[in-house]
Amino acid sequence: MKFSESWLREWVTPAIDTTELVAQLTMAGLEVDAVEPVAPAFSGVVVGQIVSVEKHPNADKLRVCQVAGGNEDLVQVVCGAPNAREGLKIPFATVGAKLPDDFNISKAKLRDVESFGMLCAQEELGMGEASDGLWELPVDAPVGTDIREYLSLDDQIIEVDLTPNRGDCLSIRGLARDTGVLNQLPVNEQCCDPVEAKISDSLNVELRAPEACSRYVGRVIRNINVAAESPMWLQEKLRRSGVRSIDPVVDVTNFVMLELGQPMHAFDFAKLEGGIVVRMAEQDETLRLLDGSDVTLSADTLVIADQQKALAMAGIMGGEATAVSSNTRDIFLESAFFNPIAIAGRSRAYGMHTDSSHRFERGVDPLLQEVAVERATKLLLDIVGGEAGPVTMVEAQQHLPQVSDVTLTVARLQQQLGLMLESHLVTDILQRLGLTILKADEQGWTCKVPSWRFDIEIEADLIEEVARIYGYNRLPTATIAAALPIEGIPETRQGLPVLRQQLIARGYQEAITYCFVDPAVQKQLAPDLDALPLANPIASDMSVMRTTLWSGLLPAIRHNLNRQQSRVRLFETGLSFVPGSDGSLLQESMIAGAITGSRAPERWVDNQEEVDFFDIKADVEALLQLGHTHEQYNFVSAEHPALHPGQCARIERNGVLVGYLGQIHPRVQKALDLSQPVFVFEMQLSQVLENELPFFKGVSKFPEVRRDLAIIVDENISADDLCNTVRQNAGEQFVDLKVFDVYQGKGIENNRKSVALGLTFRNSSRTLAEDEINAAVECVLNALEKQYSASLRG
Amino acid sequence: MENLELLASEAEKAVDQAADVASLDQVRVEYLGKKGLLTGLLKALGKLSAEERPAAGARINEVKQQVQTKINLRRDNLENMAVEARLAGEAVDVTLPGRGEDVGGLHLITHTMERIESFFTRVGYKVEEGPEIEDDYHNFEALNIPAHHPARAMHDTFYVNENTVLRTHTSPVQVRTMKSQEPPIRIICPGRVYRCDSDLTHTPMFHQVEGLIVDQDVSMADLKGTIDQFLKAFFEADLPVRFRPSYFPFTEPSAEVDIQCTNCRGKGCRICKNTGWLEVMGCGMVHPNVFAHCDVDASKYSGFAFGMGVERLAMLRYGVNDLRLFFDNDMQFLKQF
Repeated sequence: MKFSESWLREWVTPAIDTTELVAQLTMAGLEVDAVEPVAPAFSGVVVGQIVSVEKHPNADKLRVCQVAGGNEDLVQVVCGAPNAREGLKIPFATVGAKLPDDFNISKAKLRDVESFGMLCAQEELGMGEASDGLWELPVDAPVGTDIREYLSLDDQIIEVDLTPNRGDCLSIRGLARDTGVLNQLPVNEQCCDPVEAKISDSLNVELRAPEACSRYVGRVIRNINVAAESPMWLQEKLRRSGVRSIDPVVDVTNFVMLELGQPMHAFDFAKLEGGIVVRMAEQDETLRLLDGSDVTLSADTLVIADQQKALAMAGIMGGEATAVSSNTRDIFLESAFFNPIAIAGRSRAYGMHTDSSHRFERGVDPLLQEVAVERATKLLLDIVGGEAGPVTMVEAQQHLPQVSDVTLTVARLQQQLGLMLESHLVTDILQRLGLTILKADEQGWTCKVPSWRFDIEIEADLIEEVARIYGYNRLPTATIAAALPIEGIPETRQGLPVLRQQLIARGYQEAITYCFVDPAVQKQLAPDLDALPLANPIASDMSVMRTTLWSGLLPAIRHNLNRQQSRVRLFETGLSFVPGSDGSLLQESMIAGAITGSRAPERWVDNQEEVDFFDIKADVEALLQLGHTHEQYNFVSAEHPALHPGQCARIERNGVLVGYLGQIHPRVQKALDLSQPVFVFEMQLSQVLENELPFFKGVSKFPEVRRDLAIIVDENISADDLCNTVRQNAGEQFVDLKVFDVYQGKGIENNRKSVALGLTFRNSSRTLAEDEINAAVECVLNALEKQYSASLRG
Repeated sequence: MENLELLASEAEKAVDQAADVASLDQVRVEYLGKKGLLTGLLKALGKLSAEERPAAGARINEVKQQVQTKINLRRDNLENMAVEARLAGEAVDVTLPGRGEDVGGLHLITHTMERIESFFTRVGYKVEEGPEIEDDYHNFEALNIPAHHPARAMHDTFYVNENTVLRTHTSPVQVRTMKSQEPPIRIICPGRVYRCDSDLTHTPMFHQVEGLIVDQDVSMADLKGTIDQFLKAFFEADLPVRFRPSYFPFTEPSAEVDIQCTNCRGKGCRICKNTGWLEVMGCGMVHPNVFAHCDVDASKYSGFAFGMGVERLAMLRYGVNDLRLFFDNDMQFLKQF
């Protein structure tokens, strides 16, 4: 809500300056967003009048005007504006005037004709919009008066950002009430005396949807002069509230809305067929609105209709057909109470937001309608003339908002604020707010809420009001005191920070990517899943929910590859959103990483090998080792639509799928426009965080013995299979196994490979004898030979 | 025996001249070996009379010992020189960078969230998390934001369908916690939230940390103290903090929290729009309707809640000047923290 400070001060007159007023409003919860002067600084501009206009002897587009208003009788000014004409009153910048943007007016010669000053357009004074004409001042503007004084330009435009509960402050009157409360001052109510009916014309009003519109006030005014001009004070007040002046009828209805908070509408009386009907729209009923747009209405929309047709979207916007136009002679004024529920959400559903809907959604004082009609009538008769008919008021009593009494208890107030406020202080605040105290005792206060504070319904509302007016910053500040019981934390539940630190130590940067991703990327990475789409995405490439963190990480890798970073390692933790075939949705915490580029950071020594499958596998294994669970995991050769068919592993924990690991499929790499191979992993975080508690296994004082075996097997035998056989057959003294070489090539048959295994044996209570180790090795070799036709490498 | 002195001086000269351990060894063999010159003198003792023999023998051994000592000294010397020569050859340029993996880093948002969490967990708050795709009930209804409430316009909501949204705040976690736990409740809820808005000062996804206390006799004074202490701890400064009446459907009384502008120290600048204050958080006493939805007995318990935008706090603390950088994931940005 934008308003001019001087307008507010017509209603309430606190002895504080603008800065203090603004601070006061902000600290009362009416947050001031901006303060700007009504007009920039300028001086030396007076109300001038063009007395005569002559053609410029040397220029077609220039005119030579004699202007009254300056110090001397008449001053000659050369002017190029097309609307310069005899008798016109305009802002006249005299010689010596200082205009905005450091523009100083001095004596000048234009095409050999002397000019003493400048006639101004609105824009040249730093106000209003650009136009090619002079600012035409009203005929009654006093010639010679300083324009700043005449237009009260030493004023500020204040913009308050109001919270949805304070619909009552969407008017000067409402703001004045709160300002009055804060400064302990009365509010100067402006005249709203009833205007006597001079004619008997009226319209029948029927409330067919009383729960949506429970009060409707109307009045016919005949014989108005719509060609009359809105007076300067009215135009200026509207302009300072950011509302354009249209015609006097619209201007007055807008003025009353700004002043009192009641949105109004004026119909062209001649265009109405029969009485007014307030009803719900028929499904798919159509209406052309004031702004020229056509809407197809749904049945949950309240309309103002006559006997034939819908005329207006109630509380949102009027219709074009019945709008006041330059031919209008008679009008019908509407001032109604629409239930906020009936208006809320509708304007958004139609993609419209108007000053009227903004107010009705938040609530309008249900007792304001008649007052507003009287105020508007008075103003209209003053400006456009005409005769008013009687006020028609129709209401559905049982649907009017019921104001219930609210009780504030001393105990609750003290408990909530942590402060014992003196009761006379509370009483004073409640009364200043306009509440009527029905009952007050040691227990508390029971109050009747004024009609305009429809936001006050329960005790908490009153507590907030008391705190607000007393001042939040005067309330005490305390430190919470609480019992400090020691509570168990499962040690087997590992903290995510530990995992993050592990990856960071391994050179990963954490990334945070959007959870809504490009459906094209998503389709490449998980072609079998229908990623959940958003109904209202912000962009088409951010329109589906990721089913894998890779959908965000890979574009992030690409972003960096495209910016001269050839080695990138990123990880992310967060939810994946995996739709089930039954319409369910699994929101699962994942940890994922992606690496590309050289194995080691670029440096001055060692050749630069590129990362491969085993680099990222080591990172995964490091995470698993942290939780002492790596022995429960298996990496199983697998297929995944996004991964290289030969470099892809399912990560299984005790046989259950936990995640995937591998190289991005070259086809996907190309589709995602990745300039080099990328290796990725992703695992369910809940699994990785679930640890084993380590348990002491003893420390042997006796030496361990190592035996190295190089065996030759078929190339498709996995290391895991060989190792499992070794473990099963190496006997009780066996403690550890390393694969320390894998070789294919010269000296080995085709389709065979050599695998070097290092077996470690140890006993905790004695030194092992040579022959028992030999026996164990023999047993291992026999098993390998039997199961995998393994032979010892010669 | 006059030979002895001559041999001794020759031997010592040879020792001094030996350039390395090998030639020193030759000198030793030449003079002190089994067939060495000095050893040979001992063999010649037989030619002397029995009276002369002991003294001469002792003298020869003394000289031998003298030469041996000289040799040992020289050997130590030569060995030291050899080690030093080898070490000199092994010198490296200590200014070259170390070899190994570079250290990565946490995202600034995660770092900031972990830091915020730590202030609260240290005094007994527990961390709670919740789903990011929420139903209308938990995101709005239970938080006293019924359908068509104007406050819904404050949240530019992403919809999955009519009844399912991307959570617009972390407050649904409050509801889930109050429904599943008995007071006293002291929780902190960090996480991602979503609003359908994208411009210079808004990203469609951002992070919040929300706090909630429900206990007997919790007051606004406790809320003010908690917020004030947290902000001073977060910024490590004795920053002025103020509370401004505001409106959130799920708290009442509600407040916005401002800190003195960290840029201009309250004098007024572009960042604080010349007000000297920066809005950093929202908070308030839990609204009775929220308690009712969560089956908390409002006559027995009271509580407060607060919520903060992590990006905003991180920008202020670390001077980041463009919100969108947080989600570009550009290494140039990520590596700075």
